[in-house]
Amino acid sequence: MKEQLAKIRSEALAAMETAQSAAELETLRVQYLGKKGELTAVLKQMGRLSPEERPAMGQLANEVRAALEAALETTGKKLEAAALEARMKAEAVDVTIPGKPHKIGHKHPMYIALDEIKDIFIGMGFTVLDGPEVELATYNFDKLNAEEGHPSRDWSDTFYFDQDSRVMLRSQTSPMQVRAMETMELPIRIIAPGRVYRKDEVDATHSPMFHQVEGMVIDKGITMADLKGTLNTVMEQLYGKGTVTRFRPHHFPFTEPSCEMDVQCHKCGGKGCPTCKGEGWIEVLGAGMIHPNVLRMAGIDPNVYSGWAFGMGLERMAMRSFKIADLRLIFENDVRFLEQF
Amino acid sequence: MLLSRKWLEEFVHVDASDKDFDEAMTLSGSKVETTADLGAEISNVVVGKILSMERHPDSDHMWVCQIDAGQDAPVQIVTGAWNIHTGDMIPVALHKSTLPGGIKIEKGKLRGVLSNGMLCSLKELNLDERDFPYAVITAAALLNDYHPLDKNKPSIPADIKAGDKVFGPVVCARILEVAPLENGTFHTCADIGADTVSPDTICSNLHEGDLAAYNTQTGSYCTLADLRAEQAEFPHCINDGIFILHEDCKPGDDIKPVINADDHVVEFEITPNRPDCLSVIGLAREAAATFDQPLHLHTPVVKGGGPGVLTELLDVETPDADLVPRYTARMVRNVKIAPSPKWMRERLRSMGVRPINNIVDITNYVMLEYGQPMHAFDYRYVKGGKIIVRRAEEGETLTTLDGNVRTLTHDHLVIADDTRAVGLAGIMGGENSEIVADTTDVVFESANFDGTCIRKGALSLGMRTEASAKFEKGLDPLNTLPAVDRACELVELLGAGEVVDGTIDILNFVPQPTVLTLEPEKINALLGTDVSAEEMVRILKKLDFQVENNKITVPSWRGDVKEMADLAEEVARFHGYNNIPTTLMRGQTTLGGYSEAQQLERTLGAVCRTCGYDEIITYSFISPTYYDKIRWPEDAPRRQSFKILNPLGEDTSIMRTTTLPSMLEILTRNYNYRNKSAQLYELGRVYLPGGADGLAIESKYLTLGAYGPDMDFFTMKGTVEAILQEIRAADVHFQAIQDNPSYHPGRCAAVWAGDQLIGVFGQIHPLVERNYDVDGAFYCAELSFDALMACRGATPEYTPLPKFPSVSRDIAVVCDEAVTVGTLEECIRKGAKGLLKECTLFDIYRGKGIDDGKKSVAFNLVLRADDRSLTAEEADADVQNILQALEQSLGAVLRSGN
Repeated sequence: MKEQLAKIRSEALAAMETAQSAAELETLRVQYLGKKGELTAVLKQMGRLSPEERPAMGQLANEVRAALEAALETTGKKLEAAALEARMKAEAVDVTIPGKPHKIGHKHPMYIALDEIKDIFIGMGFTVLDGPEVELATYNFDKLNAEEGHPSRDWSDTFYFDQDSRVMLRSQTSPMQVRAMETMELPIRIIAPGRVYRKDEVDATHSPMFHQVEGMVIDKGITMADLKGTLNTVMEQLYGKGTVTRFRPHHFPFTEPSCEMDVQCHKCGGKGCPTCKGEGWIEVLGAGMIHPNVLRMAGIDPNVYSGWAFGMGLERMAMRSFKIADLRLIFENDVRFLEQF
Repeated sequence: MLLSRKWLEEFVHVDASDKDFDEAMTLSGSKVETTADLGAEISNVVVGKILSMERHPDSDHMWVCQIDAGQDAPVQIVTGAWNIHTGDMIPVALHKSTLPGGIKIEKGKLRGVLSNGMLCSLKELNLDERDFPYAVITAAALLNDYHPLDKNKPSIPADIKAGDKVFGPVVCARILEVAPLENGTFHTCADIGADTVSPDTICSNLHEGDLAAYNTQTGSYCTLADLRAEQAEFPHCINDGIFILHEDCKPGDDIKPVINADDHVVEFEITPNRPDCLSVIGLAREAAATFDQPLHLHTPVVKGGGPGVLTELLDVETPDADLVPRYTARMVRNVKIAPSPKWMRERLRSMGVRPINNIVDITNYVMLEYGQPMHAFDYRYVKGGKIIVRRAEEGETLTTLDGNVRTLTHDHLVIADDTRAVGLAGIMGGENSEIVADTTDVVFESANFDGTCIRKGALSLGMRTEASAKFEKGLDPLNTLPAVDRACELVELLGAGEVVDGTIDILNFVPQPTVLTLEPEKINALLGTDVSAEEMVRILKKLDFQVENNKITVPSWRGDVKEMADLAEEVARFHGYNNIPTTLMRGQTTLGGYSEAQQLERTLGAVCRTCGYDEIITYSFISPTYYDKIRWPEDAPRRQSFKILNPLGEDTSIMRTTTLPSMLEILTRNYNYRNKSAQLYELGRVYLPGGADGLAIESKYLTLGAYGPDMDFFTMKGTVEAILQEIRAADVHFQAIQDNPSYHPGRCAAVWAGDQLIGVFGQIHPLVERNYDVDGAFYCAELSFDALMACRGATPEYTPLPKFPSVSRDIAVVCDEAVTVGTLEECIRKGAKGLLKECTLFDIYRGKGIDDGKKSVAFNLVLRADDRSLTAEEADADVQNILQALEQSLGAVLRSGN
């Protein structure tokens, strides 16, 4: 019997160690440890042993069982690991195959630029106003101090809806200044982006419809130094810390003093290059202190309140930001263009 | 506005490079666009003197010249020009020189003979005969240059010799001698066979040994025209050649000062409030203030003494006094029309004005210098010696100097004599009183006309001239007198005529200088600066403001300065905009942010992009034909649009009342670009009549448009649903729309939230697609922004997650085709007894096993109770209820065999 056990032990261990699969291992388990297994069969013969022999033989048999069970577990684990490894191998993918497409739409580059500006001004306590594009000439011109006879009022420059030149397509967002003054409580801090219209034929830099952002502040004690400080901050946020700007005298009927603001060319650092047309500076906006006549016409006393305003062209700014060479692309809306932004 | 730096120097000395000048002027308010160095392209071109010239040994038309170019040894240059003679001074482009147009000259061999440069023509120096009228070249036809058109039938025999007859009185003359004269003509001596003749000639291409055609009757050499010959017969008989200098210069001199190519011309962008800067003097004043240099102005001095009495010669009436604030005139007699002197021509030309003759040039010169438009009339044509400045008669015609016949209206102002108009006031003179070669008496007009009248007049005739552009901005009426005096002074300086004493000067206005009070603290408060009162006074004085104590008298030419803010700008300009400090605003803080509508706009944009839609921007104006394209009936009320009376074109002539055609146009464009698919959105306005004050009701629409392989009705519907879900619209339902002319009648739906109509969507009608010449299966949605705004759901409240499991049951029912899924769903929800939580369509089947005209519709039902685990029996009971309801109300029966 002792020999039998030893034989089972050595045979079984050898077989288990070399088992190639979980199924084979299970067959071995059944063969040796199952109800009808070889070890079980040997144990069934225990009854035939003398009581003296039984404890020793029992112990031996248990040892064999333990050894076989240990071997089963070890090999089982080994096989399991191997099988997992094989599965992983089989399931491996070519990670360079493109992902399943999920199309996300794109914001129009012009509105990307506009949203950036809106966020900056909102952060400075401005609200965003919306107003009519079909506008009264009174708001577009008269109340902005552009009297009868101002060249921009000509039919060659501005679109009109009636012979009396009373209703027109606004040629600037500036009428929003007047509308804000007439409807809002002081102090006022607003920006008013929107569409504007001028009688320009379509070409690489012109369009009969384009976008502007108007901005205006009215309060007691507002100075031109505030205008400079605020707009400098805006440019730093748009174009990065350390952006160099300059202000040049200019003329607008509704501001006095008036100015234009240039940003030093980012490409050449002011030396002059094709981007800035050799000037070293890029014009970004027009601004100024609100003309006392404009304040008066809106019922605001220029001796008590002062303010500044600016207007900037959005297309030009978007074109600069994204290096878009031709304005027509903005309104062409080719998806191959739109999906670049 | 162009400004010659040389001319500027006459009034103010500015020692600054172009770059420094441009920057300083720009920063003080006179924006410089560009500066042109007139001689930038010219280098190493000098004055040369022809020492000798010999015919080229291997060429029948070239000359080998020895040139004194101011160097130790003569320079040898080969030229093909025939108008040069020994002793001539000419421009020489030496070895390694450059000429206008990027031309580079290097030494080389011409038919074997070394040429160390090139002799230059006017054109090669970017000049023309108007710059140097004396440099006009006239060529004689040389018989030794004759090339017969037909070799077999020459008109002139090849062996022609002196004395042979050419035709009629014309004989062949052999040139024996040519001597250039002081005045640019030539004394010649020629052998005509029997005789020797010695005519003077203007023909500059004759040289010893040449054979010329000599007309014995007129005593002159024949030109191409005289011989009635063709250019091809005398290929070198051309009125072109080297520019022979008659200037005060010597060999070796740089050519640039000789031809005024050493001037630098600055181009300014002058804002409309500063018409005074449309003049050399105006800009000189700005430059003097900018560079802190004294301004040297000059008061014209007229000697006068011309024959006659002005008041007897000329009478001026201004019946429309309101349009003629001032009319000033003087007369010049015994005028000798001639080219103006070089310095004047150079200045005109550098400022972009073409020299014409001394009188016209003087008017232009004064206009540039003083900014006062001037006009000169031929007195002969001022009938009755009377000038009337009046409104034109309706339909009155006048031929202007440019040769165009202008039909005028009562809104035009004319200069007229007793009988007819002779000029269009402030715009352009009339052809009938133009200064011509034999003009002897001239009236100089220096007037001030109403700006608006001139602007409208010029605009209506489509002829904005330099003069009208100045008048329309409002000129200084005090400028007319010095300007007319300056013109007369120049007449005397040029010896162009005799100025009659006296001036006609009609003033229809009362000069009222603007006087302001200087309030330094207010100016500083506006600017945020701390500029001293003394500094302000200093700045204002530089600009010729009169300052007495704190009273500021504004100069007459500064009509733009009316109040404190204007003075503040003057102070700021010369204190320096960039010296104003930068501060952040003080005062009450304001709360910035987006309004609810703006927030919704942002949300809608974000959902659309998440759904894969790209944002577009389309024009607000469209063509009226676009309504036809989207098949709106002729009488559709929505066709009532705001119509632009002066549109750029038909395509952009009305304000859209629908965004659909704009979207379709962009879809079409992408389709035609062969982009496989496009999904686009725009949040844009429509413009409906009926707003307050006669304005538009500008409503916004969210418009979606798409085509492509993955696009169908339900994909579009899914996006519409996603949008409504995102804004938590409640009770969203859809209704088939068959009568929207723009959409496919079987694939179009209206979308509602409760009883709020949100919009319409579906597949575009094939006939509409045909109108766009596409076959792309376009899908669009038009959702009203206002409706979306109105149906936004409230901020969500948390509902507890289910604690008990749900039971799922699938049912398939067979019903008539006509029964919609929506109706079935509604019926299912109604039939359920409160346990139904979800009802999801998962299949629609037609075909084998289902009768014709019927369909099988399958739903997955999820049933759940909130307070207990459902039993199968409970669930089944509910499903039974649902099935009963379906059968009873819709005749939909459980599909057998399930």
